[in-house]
Amino acid sequence: MSTKVIMDSETMSRTISRIAHEILERNKGAKELRIIGIRTRGIHIAQRIADKIEELEGIKPPLGTLDITLYRDDFRRRSDMPKVQKTEIPFSVEDKNVVLVDDVLYTGRTTRAAIDAIMDYGRPASIQLVVLVDRGHRELPIQADYVGIKVMTLKNENVEVHLKETDGVDEVIVV
Amino acid sequence: MNFRQKHILGLEELSSEEIKFVLDTAESMKEVSERDVKKVPALKGVTVVNLFFEPSTRTRASFEIAEKRLSADVLNFTPSESSVVKGETLLDTARNLEAMGASVIVIRHSMSGAPWLLARELRSSIINAGDGSHEHPSQALLDLFTVREIKREIAGLKVVIVGDISHSRVARSNVWGLIKLGAEVRVVGPPTMIPRDIEKTDVKVYYNLDSALEGADVVIMLRIQKERQESGLFPSLREYSRFYGLTRERLKRAKEDVVVMHPGPINRGVELSSEVADDVHSVILNQVSNGIAIRMAMLYLVASGGGNG
Repeated sequence: MSTKVIMDSETMSRTISRIAHEILERNKGAKELRIIGIRTRGIHIAQRIADKIEELEGIKPPLGTLDITLYRDDFRRRSDMPKVQKTEIPFSVEDKNVVLVDDVLYTGRTTRAAIDAIMDYGRPASIQLVVLVDRGHRELPIQADYVGIKVMTLKNENVEVHLKETDGVDEVIVV
Repeated sequence: MNFRQKHILGLEELSSEEIKFVLDTAESMKEVSERDVKKVPALKGVTVVNLFFEPSTRTRASFEIAEKRLSADVLNFTPSESSVVKGETLLDTARNLEAMGASVIVIRHSMSGAPWLLARELRSSIINAGDGSHEHPSQALLDLFTVREIKREIAGLKVVIVGDISHSRVARSNVWGLIKLGAEVRVVGPPTMIPRDIEKTDVKVYYNLDSALEGADVVIMLRIQKERQESGLFPSLREYSRFYGLTRERLKRAKEDVVVMHPGPINRGVELSSEVADDVHSVILNQVSNGIAIRMAMLYLVASGGGNG
């Protein structure tokens, strides 16, 4: 199986910058934004976006982390038991524009679970989705509002997002 | 690691990694209890039966709330209002409930070993909520969780357990858990209440409370049951309290940041003075709120882990 790098460190940095601009453009500023990163890597990407927004607007939107394990639709069928990590949403989502951040959008089930989780915290004005990679093969009618890179993949391929914070390097590869 | 147990019957058969896994899972569950909407859909559609053959306030309420927070369907079974009074056996009762779709059974029973019987004979997951004087895993797990929350690490801590050790399932489960996680365990009580072969384990035995408290990090007080007085294990509550009751004076021998715990219900003035029960060292109410998080973790792990799916 060959490994292909579809995004390198420089491109990732520019992509995140572009996404931050798009978020500000669509939401007319940073005031009502609340950024929530999903699981492990989404959290770091969310952090970078929040930092970039602070750089651009002088306001840093509140940041939360979300673990969707308890909302999965498959948790009783898996042979491995994913460990439930902590969810920390230290702000109200009521009437806010929640920006959910994940690394890869694939079947859409993770996003569905994340939306359900956010709804248990209140009624946001909107939920918008940021993904670094959209690899197709949706199984639910879910779309991302902000996409880093869109790539056609085969189901038996794996898209891996590597980040400095967790893997020592910034890159996206297809295995 | 994966937690692959279908049942949680006791701490004796769990490894230290498995115990830590439950504690870690409980941390995330604790967050659910801090939200406005205290609910997650994890056990939606799962029927859980609370089969309590002995009275209980904390354990039973705690399990029920934990089940509901996970969106499970809860059935509370009261033996005195059931066909058990007509002589129906434990096994028949449980089998009938299982036939109605119960997939997790939480059982408290006066006979040591009752949960093992159910685990062997039924298809459901069984959680032991206290069997005779044998084990009370959810209490010990929440005790470990509470200690870990405050002290960060359990390994190396000096933990003193005071009271009727022989008859206490709380003591037994705690001893298993604490030893596996590396604590130094001291048990204290009148000789009539210390199990005979306990020196064969890694536990240190004391008959004098003051000596046992020297340098203690954690003190777990057990409830003294009046029935034991009637069977002659101690002469009177007052005498028990004089020798083994925890007072502020006595607590000074322990470390300055000592933590005082009690599984409840407390006999104020007997095993501990009201002052001690209510002062800064006491984490008794933390234990109670942590109990819900731990029980949520236990339910989640058996329902999803070893074989119900």
